[in-house]
Amino acid sequence: MSRDVTPVPGEEQQVAVTETRPEAPARRPAKRSDRTRHERRLGLYLSSPSFLLMILVTAYPLVYALVLSFYNYRLTDPEGREFVGLGNYATILTDGLWWNDFLTTLIITVVTVAVELVLGFMFAFVMYRILVGKSLVRTSILIPYGIVTVVSAFIWRYAFALESGFVNQWLGLEDFNWFGERWSSLAVIMLSEIWKTTPFISLLLLAGLVQVPEELQEAAKVDGATAWQRLKRVTLPNMKAAIMVAVLFRTLDAWRIFDNPFIMTQGANNTETLSFLAYRQNVTLVNLGMGSAVSVLLFLTVVLIAVLFVKGFKTDLSQVRGDRK
Amino acid sequence: MRQSRWWTVAGALIVLYTVFPLLWMLSLSFKPPSEIVSGKPSFFPKEWTWNNYDTVFSDTLFTSALRNSIGISLIATLLSVIVAMFAAYAIARLDFPGKRLLLSMALAIAMFPQAALVGPLFNMWRNFGIYDTWLGLIIPYLTFALPLSIWTMSAFFRQIPWEMEQAAQVDGATAWQAFRKVIVPLAAPGVFTTAILTFFFCWNDFLFAISLTSTDRARTVPAALAFFQGASQFESPVTYVMAAAVVVTIPVIILVLLFQRRIVAGLTAGAVKG
Repeated sequence: MSRDVTPVPGEEQQVAVTETRPEAPARRPAKRSDRTRHERRLGLYLSSPSFLLMILVTAYPLVYALVLSFYNYRLTDPEGREFVGLGNYATILTDGLWWNDFLTTLIITVVTVAVELVLGFMFAFVMYRILVGKSLVRTSILIPYGIVTVVSAFIWRYAFALESGFVNQWLGLEDFNWFGERWSSLAVIMLSEIWKTTPFISLLLLAGLVQVPEELQEAAKVDGATAWQRLKRVTLPNMKAAIMVAVLFRTLDAWRIFDNPFIMTQGANNTETLSFLAYRQNVTLVNLGMGSAVSVLLFLTVVLIAVLFVKGFKTDLSQVRGDRK
Repeated sequence: MRQSRWWTVAGALIVLYTVFPLLWMLSLSFKPPSEIVSGKPSFFPKEWTWNNYDTVFSDTLFTSALRNSIGISLIATLLSVIVAMFAAYAIARLDFPGKRLLLSMALAIAMFPQAALVGPLFNMWRNFGIYDTWLGLIIPYLTFALPLSIWTMSAFFRQIPWEMEQAAQVDGATAWQAFRKVIVPLAAPGVFTTAILTFFFCWNDFLFAISLTSTDRARTVPAALAFFQGASQFESPVTYVMAAAVVVTIPVIILVLLFQRRIVAGLTAGAVKG
């Protein structure tokens, strides 16, 4: 792989200029286009395994689910398979269960992302400013990030459960059953989710915080801005990209929540989420027709959220993707 | 100086936030099961015991799950890193049609609701005969880890001073020597960091593990934990589950302690570019 062009910083920004590239440098036209062709072919070869895998494992099953969703098809009764058109969708969307789970998922997503954003920002700020114990804090914050979600769910479940937990003793709640009703169950589910994923958001925010020019802070200080004004007028606007990326990632991640409700409540007391519904219809009930329709709808909700972010909040996806330097 | 002390106090609070639940996990894992049924459980065990660990390690449900977890995660990580390495090199170094498409697709996969796939994959894997096998889990892990691997590695690859390769060749090294002696050492840290993050991803999965397995042939630890009932049905499984949880947390802690700097760099390199 020899390239006699020294990579210029920022060269990578020229995405999708391949079409115009051959005629650009006039120095050695023939050789240049030869190499361009070679480069294009090599690029395609190298990325084809990734392309193939991603299409085969996601796009193909999704199309398969789309087809199945038009049928009434249970694995327990394969003979009874019949075409029902949009019947499954009509059933799901007119049933209270879907909307109930939709609401549960929405509540979990909004609350956890909001709390994590505030908490994550505080953590990021501490990690940015701290001098003594810097690496200890950074090391410890990676533990929740790396820990298995199911383990986190069990830790918090047992902390709140009646027969094993310490929380009721410490808070003087006697024999209050946290998993006996909807809101307290959701609170514990969200606590585990927040504990586990705040470190990720705080590290993304820290990366954004580091990039805020220190001179701007100093200038604002000299001009007599208070700490709060500096935060609102200097720090936050300069971190906008990092914040949007963190929020988008976490929103879509929270929207898929499955592990925590599964371990804590098994969906009891109205704590079932959309991912859980898709799992239950497909795997537990092997109701593949209806389950596939849930899968397709779940996919559409994610597309909708992504579109809302891009259109509504003007999130620059190339920022997320990392194809801009 | 006084200000710096307050930041250290705040840092100590963060450490408490991350470590406290771990202490709780450890404490439960050393309690005898008899302390779980008591009316007023305490935070620390009244009596410490290793029995939970003995029980867990003599239970084939757990030991086979541990073997599956280690094997499946390592193989999926290795494959994902290799496949992603090609793509990341192409993204960082080459101009080719489909580059934007590749990055957009990786983004779409990263956001994809995996629960939407368990139905079709469940059905397809049964037809292909790879339901409840290692391969049946390796394929989805490998695929869903790809976006993370591709981003992280291409971000690292962009920082490599590739012109050093030419410099080595000018100095008389062959192309292979230049690659092996110059580029490989420069690229290795990024590849390694990506492998750690990918491993965390595979190690963590629960959804595919319970959907695409049915026996201890391929069931991984997170899925096995959900089924774990303890030594007998009359005893609470709490302490055993926590002992098993401690065991699967140990590799995470070791990796975090050894490679803290790399992991932070990797997490932020892939996601945010200023």
